[in-house]
Amino acid sequence: MIDFGYTVSPSSAIEIDDAGLASFRQLCRIEPDAIKCISCGSCAASCTAAGFSIMNLRKTILLLSRGKDREAIDMVATCMLCGKCYIVCPRGINTRHLILSICKTYRKE
Amino acid sequence: MENLKKNIIIIGGGPGGMEAASCLNTIGYTVFLVEKGPVLGGHLAKWDRLFPEGNEAAPLIEKMRSRMEGVKWFVNTEVLSVNRLGSKYTVILSNGLTINADALLIATGFSLFPAEKKEEYGYGIYDRVITSADLERMFREGMPEGLVPKKIGFVHCVGSRDEKAGNRYCSKVCCATSVKQACEIKAMFPDADVFCFYMDLRMFGRGYEDMYLEAQKDYGVFFVRGRVSEVAEKKDGRLLVKAEDTLAGKPLRITLDLLVLLSGMVRNTSASAITKMLSLSVREDGFFKTSDMIYNDQRSAQDGIFYAGACTGPKTLPETLADARAAALEADFYLRQDD
Repeated sequence: MIDFGYTVSPSSAIEIDDAGLASFRQLCRIEPDAIKCISCGSCAASCTAAGFSIMNLRKTILLLSRGKDREAIDMVATCMLCGKCYIVCPRGINTRHLILSICKTYRKE
Repeated sequence: MENLKKNIIIIGGGPGGMEAASCLNTIGYTVFLVEKGPVLGGHLAKWDRLFPEGNEAAPLIEKMRSRMEGVKWFVNTEVLSVNRLGSKYTVILSNGLTINADALLIATGFSLFPAEKKEEYGYGIYDRVITSADLERMFREGMPEGLVPKKIGFVHCVGSRDEKAGNRYCSKVCCATSVKQACEIKAMFPDADVFCFYMDLRMFGRGYEDMYLEAQKDYGVFFVRGRVSEVAEKKDGRLLVKAEDTLAGKPLRITLDLLVLLSGMVRNTSASAITKMLSLSVREDGFFKTSDMIYNDQRSAQDGIFYAGACTGPKTLPETLADARAAALEADFYLRQDD
């Protein structure tokens, strides 16, 4: 490859057609509460890791449902499983359980 | 009864006009209901099922009609002229009838926003772009032969909350209609993925939030916050749809087999003649102006002229029915005071 002195950034766009949501569907089977999220942001607001990392649970769920698995996994990796988000979630999602299920479902990646 | 000597003319034979008619008739007035179209029931007559519980529209209209025993109703009939003489209105109808009325009740309802005006969505240009009303007709009459959509989209707020379309207001019923239709079509095509593109989900009514939860949990409907910006047709006839997923902060592209536009409510475009005839005033949104929006929302500025239903702004069906009953009572108060 000839070095022209510049690189091309990959598109950040969400391409649902190529998203391949098989893993997300698998996650929803073992964790049906995942799709109950209404993106209110309570979890991210109360997150103890948020100030120090990219962790954002609402965004993690959203990105997984849009096939942006890599980005989502990078977020979840910084979670300390403190459980504060479980206390505040208005939909009553068992967030710690959900995060562990995400880790299990997407382990190979 | 003294009431029987008094005539009331109701203009518009949708659910609002029908309910007001049966109420006033029950109180004892002589009620004339004038409908421009060929059937009673208005938009409701074109609908299949109703949110939030999925009740069928047809039996409801039948029930309402059965309660109109004694009401003199005319379809395919218009008001040709109105003359005011003291507290009476002389109304000439297109069927040749002249009625001396003591009160008029306007229940002219709304029109659906013409979705082809939002050209970027391609309604009337691309075959696979339809409106929520088209989808209801398909639910009633059966889906087109050979249509097995794999991916279906719903666009909220088409012609609503859109200053450029001339409508700044929210049409109120589209969010709930979209979620209802998304569940229905998912039940019809369980292998399909259904996406709702919304700006805000306004699930304000009783049972609506439950319907939303059900759509997520039981039907797996995907909700994308972001307005569809453009639609293009691919060579194979499918649709390339672009939006921003504003919650992810990323542009989103998707190919769809069917796109449903949730047309909002606008003022009834065929009510301009009656508006002019009676010199009724409208608000900036085009809907009739009531004498006050909290305490006298069924009264016009003129004595003896009342409003019921969506002619005074977007309403859900139960709201229209409640408004019609309130308007009937207001008219009754007015006519009693007259004695």
